[in-house]
Amino acid sequence: MSTRIYVPRETAAISVGADEVAIAIARCAKESGARVELVRNGSWGASWLEPLVEVVVGEQRIAYGNVTAADVPALFKAGFLDGGDHACRIGPTVEIPYLIRQDRWTFWRCGLVNPLSIDDFLAHQGFSAILKAIEMGPQAVIDAVKTSGLRGRGGAGFPAGIKWQTVADTASPQKYIACNADEGDSGTFSDRIMLESDPLGLVEGMLIAGFAVGASKGYIYLRSEYPLCHSILTRAITTAREAGWLGDNIQGTGFNFDIEVHLGAGSYVCGEETAMLESLEGKAGVIRYKPPLPAIAGLFGKPTVVNNVVTLASVPNIINLGADRYKGYGVNRSTGTLAFQLAGNIKRGGLVEKAFGISLRELIEDWGGGTATGRPIKAVQVGGPLGAYIPASQLDTVLDYEAFANIGAMIGHGGIVVFDDTADMAQQARFAMQFCALESCGKCTPCRIGSVRGVEVIDRIINDENRDENYELLLELCDTMEAASLCAMGGMTPYPVRSVLKYFAEDFASAEGSRK
Amino acid sequence: MSRENYNQAGASELIRAHGNRPEMLVQILHAFMDRFGWISEEAVRQLASELNLSRADVHGVVSYYHDFRTSPAARHVVKICAAEACQAMGSRALIKHAEKSLRLNMHESNDKVTLEPVYCLGNCACSPAIMVDGKTFGRVSNARFDEIVAQLDRADS
Repeated sequence: MSTRIYVPRETAAISVGADEVAIAIARCAKESGARVELVRNGSWGASWLEPLVEVVVGEQRIAYGNVTAADVPALFKAGFLDGGDHACRIGPTVEIPYLIRQDRWTFWRCGLVNPLSIDDFLAHQGFSAILKAIEMGPQAVIDAVKTSGLRGRGGAGFPAGIKWQTVADTASPQKYIACNADEGDSGTFSDRIMLESDPLGLVEGMLIAGFAVGASKGYIYLRSEYPLCHSILTRAITTAREAGWLGDNIQGTGFNFDIEVHLGAGSYVCGEETAMLESLEGKAGVIRYKPPLPAIAGLFGKPTVVNNVVTLASVPNIINLGADRYKGYGVNRSTGTLAFQLAGNIKRGGLVEKAFGISLRELIEDWGGGTATGRPIKAVQVGGPLGAYIPASQLDTVLDYEAFANIGAMIGHGGIVVFDDTADMAQQARFAMQFCALESCGKCTPCRIGSVRGVEVIDRIINDENRDENYELLLELCDTMEAASLCAMGGMTPYPVRSVLKYFAEDFASAEGSRK
Repeated sequence: MSRENYNQAGASELIRAHGNRPEMLVQILHAFMDRFGWISEEAVRQLASELNLSRADVHGVVSYYHDFRTSPAARHVVKICAAEACQAMGSRALIKHAEKSLRLNMHESNDKVTLEPVYCLGNCACSPAIMVDGKTFGRVSNARFDEIVAQLDRADS
């Protein structure tokens, strides 16, 4: 009998040495004559524990955290193949509080399975939902998604079922599913963890969407900053095709669907759905006017469902476990779960899938353990570069789309970036405008020009030139960008800027001017 | 990374592999980057002709995206994340350290390294993050940065 050992092949784990750990384990096993079976799983999402190595002892997976290659010989000496004690030993994975207190609806297979194994996927309910969906029929599937209350997890929060219905109701011989995996918001990595840890879960979600709306072709638009993700995803898709789960007449059901992966090329605004469609058509990622909505005239002018990775990957369990059960999670109009991502200056960063209704404070303190530096929290940016900076005094805000809108913030894709009290918020406001200037597609003036002027005006305020007038001017500029930009890039860049003006105005004091 | 010089036959092969489809232009440009390292004026001309697009169309796409270089990079490309999560963990100071230790400013190259910012590598729970020749590193202190760069020297010699 050989001992099975899991070492993640996932970007965060590898970025802190997982590959070297895997090599060291193979070497030590060889030297000691122990028989081991090394499985490269994805990640459970507890990034702060990476590399998180698990050893299967009996029926249990025993976790060892923050393992380095240098630890491996000592681990072997400590008998870790039998779950032996060592400073890195955490205990059974299923008892890690960070993980067991989550509501794993969408990410439940992440970390558990080998992402490249169809057999492992099938053994964990894989593809059972698409077969059930085909039995239910397209309209019943759409009704289930509507009933679940699932909203777009890319950031906009539009009800997925209504979007699917629109595409289903629009007559066209060709329709598309376009999955947005252009996860550009800083502080977010849930799409990446899904695609590296359970890529077939997304494939199944896309199959269900394709079946429900009558589309035979799907595209995944993946950002180029995720090369490992690209390699895992494309291999998983090839495997699925070879096993008859993609292509013509899938498993003899008569349903045809296939998926093509396209790489982005470093443009943030391509995460906006119409810019993404342009890019998928091989063009510059310049946004389109809406209407027409992509659901009516999207990719190549055809009706297109554009959904984020997490939206689509949430669907299989809605079919398997039932829409009502999903709806049972969450609060108000924010039903279900969201994969929150704890990032930046945080002690225990990682992915936390939890029902809506939890407060920011619970996530940051109970899961995150406060700042990594141990200093007090100054601000938390939720929802990426277009999200507001929330002051420590508002940490009790409940995670609910509408509750966030009420305080001038947004949940977006669920990224939570924590800053300690050394952060210079004037520089963060300046960065918001600077980033908009860098990434604006250039189609509309408020965004293209407004962002450049925004940086200049902020510099003048920081340098104490005509302070009051420039302050006024900046607020006016924010109004213009917000009201007149064509998409969220220019339209929401004012959010972080305004929040700094409102809550951290003291950072604009001239004394800070020289600080960079 | 060993790359071949731009040549028409190799370029045609890549265009054909994408079915000569103009809607694959962004993907073909990635293939050109992987094989030749940059997009030359000659490449733009060939793409326009073989995809039945105007040179302006192709130029527009090449110049729009950050990934597509119009001049070769150095042997190694070091990208430092300059987005918010990494800023919260001191990436501004890391950038200063990198500029000083490599004696380069951002967007500059010497004969060994091209230094660039990147806006999020999706490694935000292990900030600050950098990417070296397509590989992501997390929890990068100044000392770890120097060690990673020193390994490039060792790999080259």
